[in-house]
Amino acid sequence: MKFLCVDCDQQMAFGERQLPGDGTLAATFKCPTCGRVVALLTNPMETQLVSSLGVVIGGKTVPAQPLETVRTMVTTGRNDAFDEGSELRGHAAGHNGSLTWSVEAQERLGRVPNFVRGMVKKIYADYAKERGITEITPAIMDTARAELGLEGM
Amino acid sequence: MRTYHELTNPDRSGLLDQILTQRRRVADRLAGVRRTIAVMSGKGGVGKSYVTAHLARALARAGQQVGILDADLNGPTIPRLLETPRAAHRTSDDGVEPAIGLDGVKCISMALLLEDGAPLAFKGPSAESFVWRGAMEASALREFLGDVNWGSLDTLLLDLPPGMQRYIELCDILGKPPAVLTVTIPTPESRDAVRRAMRAAVEHGSDIVGIVENMVGREFTGTAADDLAKEFDRPVVARIPWHPTPDTWSALAAGL
Repeated sequence: MKFLCVDCDQQMAFGERQLPGDGTLAATFKCPTCGRVVALLTNPMETQLVSSLGVVIGGKTVPAQPLETVRTMVTTGRNDAFDEGSELRGHAAGHNGSLTWSVEAQERLGRVPNFVRGMVKKIYADYAKERGITEITPAIMDTARAELGLEGM
Repeated sequence: MRTYHELTNPDRSGLLDQILTQRRRVADRLAGVRRTIAVMSGKGGVGKSYVTAHLARALARAGQQVGILDADLNGPTIPRLLETPRAAHRTSDDGVEPAIGLDGVKCISMALLLEDGAPLAFKGPSAESFVWRGAMEASALREFLGDVNWGSLDTLLLDLPPGMQRYIELCDILGKPPAVLTVTIPTPESRDAVRRAMRAAVEHGSDIVGIVENMVGREFTGTAADDLAKEFDRPVVARIPWHPTPDTWSALAAGL
């Protein structure tokens, strides 16, 4: 998927991705010559089609987690289907090494179904670690969610 | 106006690369699996899962490392047949550990992941869900193959649901057609349905390793297995009676 600024005859560069939470997706592309920005908007059906392939518009910047599609998309999963190991239990307690989770972030994580919660924690933790972030807050989670294309997390 | 291939900067989304990465993940994961056999039939209710589970156990008793991927995502039964305990699957960066059933058979199944009695349901727009549901199930199948820590296996059995859709998805995900073991019952109705499935498998390039005739005797009469064996020039590797013994399954295992 590429976008062409016809006036400049230049390939546009991917800008950012937004997930409004209603199943739709927005991705922006900018012309490096004239600065013109266009947005790709997909409806819930189109967004779902992309998600069902296990791919992300804008590209993936963190490795896929084991059973990521199953865990993020299945709504009837058992709460005790997965054991994430001791590392993530540390995350659940609110800290792991130099990384801490704000109370608000922990509350938000608490609303994520247990079937996927451990994996979501790990994705956010990896995101923070890669960027030198020491405290995960809801704002950081929002940014990560959009940057990583984590629809539904 | 220039076309896609005339734009030389890389596509940041790299959707094709993402798909190829998924395939490499499956190939890497299955590098330690000596052989993969899809157990399939064009007919429902012929006992594919029953045959799969008991064949796996017989192979394991014979000293093989064996796994079963329950590819019947909507009607999974393998964990019950293997009496697999419902323990949480341990996960790590290296993948998800499979469950262990009778005779040490490794197993992954949607039955182990779903709430008791709940159907497999996905997030997403409910209208026109048929458009995306198939792709979602194929992704789940791909993840079962590529994300489960199968380790070194002599045999990985893939228990397919009735019909051909899952088989075709498997061919795409694996990058090559799997070997196929077909299961039929003796009736002409079963023979006709299984014939279509076998023909499709042959056309895709699968090696048909054999035909199992299940539920032999009593009410079901016919010559389905012999007819199919003659037509496709493949062996009938087992005829399973209504009350098979462990020796029945050992004989089948020895024939593969």
